[in-house]
Amino acid sequence: MKTTRRDFIKISSLGAGTIALGTPAIKFLAGADDSENKGKSGAVTRTPNYCEVCFWNCAGWVYKNEEGKIWKIIGNEDDPHSYGRFCPRGTGGVGMYYDEDRLKTPLMRVGEPGNQTYKEISWDEAFEHIAGKMKEIGGKYGNESIALFKHGSSGKHFGKLMSAFGSTNQAGPAYAQCKGPREEAFALTFGEPLHSPEPLDIRDTKCLVLIGSHLGENMHNGQVQEMSEAIDKGVTVITVDPRLSTAASKSKFWLPIKPATDTALLLAWINVIINEELYDKEYVDKLTIGLDKLKDHVQQYTPEWAYGITTIEPSQIRATAKAMADASPSVIVHPGRHATWYGDDTQRIRAIAILNALLGSYGRRGGFYLPTKAKLPGFPSEKNPNPAWSWRDIEPEKYPFASDGVTNLLVDGSHPDYKGKHSIKAWFVIGTNLPVSIPNTKRTVEAMDNQEFIVVIDTMPTEITGYADIVLPECTYLERYDDIRVSPHREPNIALRMPAAEPKYESKPAWWMAKELAKRLGLDAYFNFENYSEVLDWQLKQIGSSLEEMKKIGVKKFEREFDDLYFAPGEIPEFFTGSGKIELYSSELAAYGFDPMPVYKPLPEPEAGFYRLIYGRAPMHTFSRTANNPNLTDLMKENSVWINPKVAKEWDLKNDQKIWLKNQDGAISSFPIKVRVTERIRWDSVYMVHGFGHKDKRLSRAFGHGLMDTEMITNVLIDKESGGTGMRSNFVTFLTEKPEKEVQS
Amino acid sequence: MRYAMAIDTLKCVGCSDCVVACQTENNVPHGYARDWITETVDGVYPSLELEFRSERCNHCDNTPCVRTCPTGASHIIEGGIVKVTPGKCIGCGACIQSCPYDARFSSPEGWVDKCTFCDHRIANGQDPACVEVCPTHCMYFGDLDDKNSNVSKVIANRKWKVLAPEAGTDPQIFYLI
Ligand code: SF4
Ligand code: SF4
Ligand code: SF4
Repeated sequence: MKTTRRDFIKISSLGAGTIALGTPAIKFLAGADDSENKGKSGAVTRTPNYCEVCFWNCAGWVYKNEEGKIWKIIGNEDDPHSYGRFCPRGTGGVGMYYDEDRLKTPLMRVGEPGNQTYKEISWDEAFEHIAGKMKEIGGKYGNESIALFKHGSSGKHFGKLMSAFGSTNQAGPAYAQCKGPREEAFALTFGEPLHSPEPLDIRDTKCLVLIGSHLGENMHNGQVQEMSEAIDKGVTVITVDPRLSTAASKSKFWLPIKPATDTALLLAWINVIINEELYDKEYVDKLTIGLDKLKDHVQQYTPEWAYGITTIEPSQIRATAKAMADASPSVIVHPGRHATWYGDDTQRIRAIAILNALLGSYGRRGGFYLPTKAKLPGFPSEKNPNPAWSWRDIEPEKYPFASDGVTNLLVDGSHPDYKGKHSIKAWFVIGTNLPVSIPNTKRTVEAMDNQEFIVVIDTMPTEITGYADIVLPECTYLERYDDIRVSPHREPNIALRMPAAEPKYESKPAWWMAKELAKRLGLDAYFNFENYSEVLDWQLKQIGSSLEEMKKIGVKKFEREFDDLYFAPGEIPEFFTGSGKIELYSSELAAYGFDPMPVYKPLPEPEAGFYRLIYGRAPMHTFSRTANNPNLTDLMKENSVWINPKVAKEWDLKNDQKIWLKNQDGAISSFPIKVRVTERIRWDSVYMVHGFGHKDKRLSRAFGHGLMDTEMITNVLIDKESGGTGMRSNFVTFLTEKPEKEVQS
Repeated sequence: MRYAMAIDTLKCVGCSDCVVACQTENNVPHGYARDWITETVDGVYPSLELEFRSERCNHCDNTPCVRTCPTGASHIIEGGIVKVTPGKCIGCGACIQSCPYDARFSSPEGWVDKCTFCDHRIANGQDPACVEVCPTHCMYFGDLDDKNSNVSKVIANRKWKVLAPEAGTDPQIFYLI
């Protein structure tokens, strides 16, 4: 593995360096290359795009009707992310474009910070003001003092700008509020993080274990489709969930676990698999290190021990361990994606990684395949300056395994209680609604109040825009170019996003904003193009394609360079860990004073009358950003709180009754939520879908509909290895009367 | 020729993609839908059964909706597809009352609307929009008179049910169970 894949990485970076030649070969006039897509009257037309409604980035076609109006979006048959079928959010993506509540013009705050009155300004005024502030704040505190919070494709353009400006204080909630701990757990075990989309060979698996995932409710498109294909082929699905999730209902085994005890179950599985010698002996022998230590370590974690903790019967634990072993190596213990639950998340996912290693599934058909990527060289640009410090220096002792920017560290460095030397003084926020995406809203707001300047770039007037000094309206993904999608998959593949229509209102693409700002900061050399299409065309031509070709096909696949989708029989690959082996026992964790093998540690329990708050996803919404989409609110316009009938009886709660929630710290929800009495949830927990209960009145369809789970998440348990913010240690109780406090708006 | 649909409840995840794809394909106004999702939960925790069904007009063989229509707006076309001609519909709602599946609705324009099996797409050799989009590939569409069609094959090989058989309308949407 090391030979082929390491070389691969080397070649690609070398490639990028040698082709750094100055001016691009072809120049388009700004916008001129879009003319053929201005729907000709009378004919249906289509343009390629990749979806931005979630991070899966499915490639598809945007259709315009005979009048030249955006009509529908359909998956691209050649796309390995979507297999030609979009999920409901992607299909409803047209609503992102048509939403009449979109941000329309640049806005500037009038009066004092905290005053949510804005005036419309021109783009020129906005850029002059922002550039002036950047120079002023950079001059006073150093350019590093300006941080960037980013998400998605548009975040990358501002990432380039900030790096050129000299600040690598950049982070996105996709790491510390989502998959951070998972990435580190896999890197610690197998030497590499999983990235996105995860290299899970679901279509060929014989046994799929879901313990951190509710596939089918989270519409991770390719995975949902492959799971369905696997069901046709008779896959055994094992789902661990305190709730009868959709996936649980399709499973051969549903283990209705007591929440917050997953690590106990995982360790008991490891115990059975080792003690009953169910593991893949040759694989474990040759590829892993630390089996003896692990064996000793897990002797304490018997199924009988786990029963008392998880409420899962020992016979069920043994039967499911056996089912996994029977399928080995074509078995996947799903690594999950949103992994920040309990503050011990790197360790919990380490247990998942170890289980996969014992079952020999990593690098095997029906387990984890070995992904590969197209080698797309970067567009020639100046070298970035070296900043004097970065996010890690805010708290140098913390989160030694964090491999990507930690949003909550940036918040710490921005907060008035920060005592260190590396304060953050200004924020840029693009594509992420921080008061909702980072838990402990109060602390985030305190940090924002402590900033000298905040710029927010978004398509919608989400809560975060109310904290900005300047708001810049971004156009949607249907109205702009962005980087070529280059994703790791079974085959190298690329996908194009191009505008299907002119940006509505005064909105503009992020690449253009970054470029215009760069001009005013004297950083033109980093944005050496007129239109982003030039960048794409230049890049595409380096790999034997062109913008013209991609406009016709949307997705292009390339051959794998090596026949190494799985390990070859008998191959002994070298892993990028300290030992070169798969580390069942992690010397690296030990070296930093962490548990080298996962240990079960009991987590706090709810007091009487309180219930653990579990949140999740609905298939028709993404985070909090689709709650106002006219097409998707049609499918689901608010969340409800799922309550077990026994509990509902005790509290005398009825279906559709509106109640308020209060958590263990006394936080009370701003809005009420409808009760859903259902057997699908355990009696010790309640469940709701994340992303509702919006507080900004400018979101006319979302305002006040349902309840915002993050308001109830005030107890945040931080994963010490990665900095991930564990959000599932909050307990709520029910208020049937409208609480005294004023409902904020 | 007898068009029919089979929907695999063992694979359907209730995601509503079929609903939104129908809405965009057919320009169904916001707030209205020609197809919808039903969820049924049976049992007591943790012994539970959960079923999602994507429902729509059953394009019945025996059609009370067509019989009760006073103007002939509701009619049956080739392949057994039940349709409404907007220009002829006076919006009296008799068909809505007579349908045991609640498959019809009054559109904001005043006429009655419902699933058409996307006959405009069938004419081009395409599947209905809901079938084409479904991310679990759980819907099968085709001609029951053709023994080799996808829908004939799954109905022959799998257990299935129809909804409200007691209504006697002879529905043509089959749920694989
Ligand atoms: S999974 Fe759905 S929302 Fe995400 S990119 Fe694909 S179509 Fe879009
Ligand atoms: S699109 Fe398919 S999986 Fe989703 S609800 Fe409809 S039938 Fe079910
Ligand atoms: S489902 Fe209702 S509307 Fe459709 S054919 Fe049957 S009776 Fe008529």
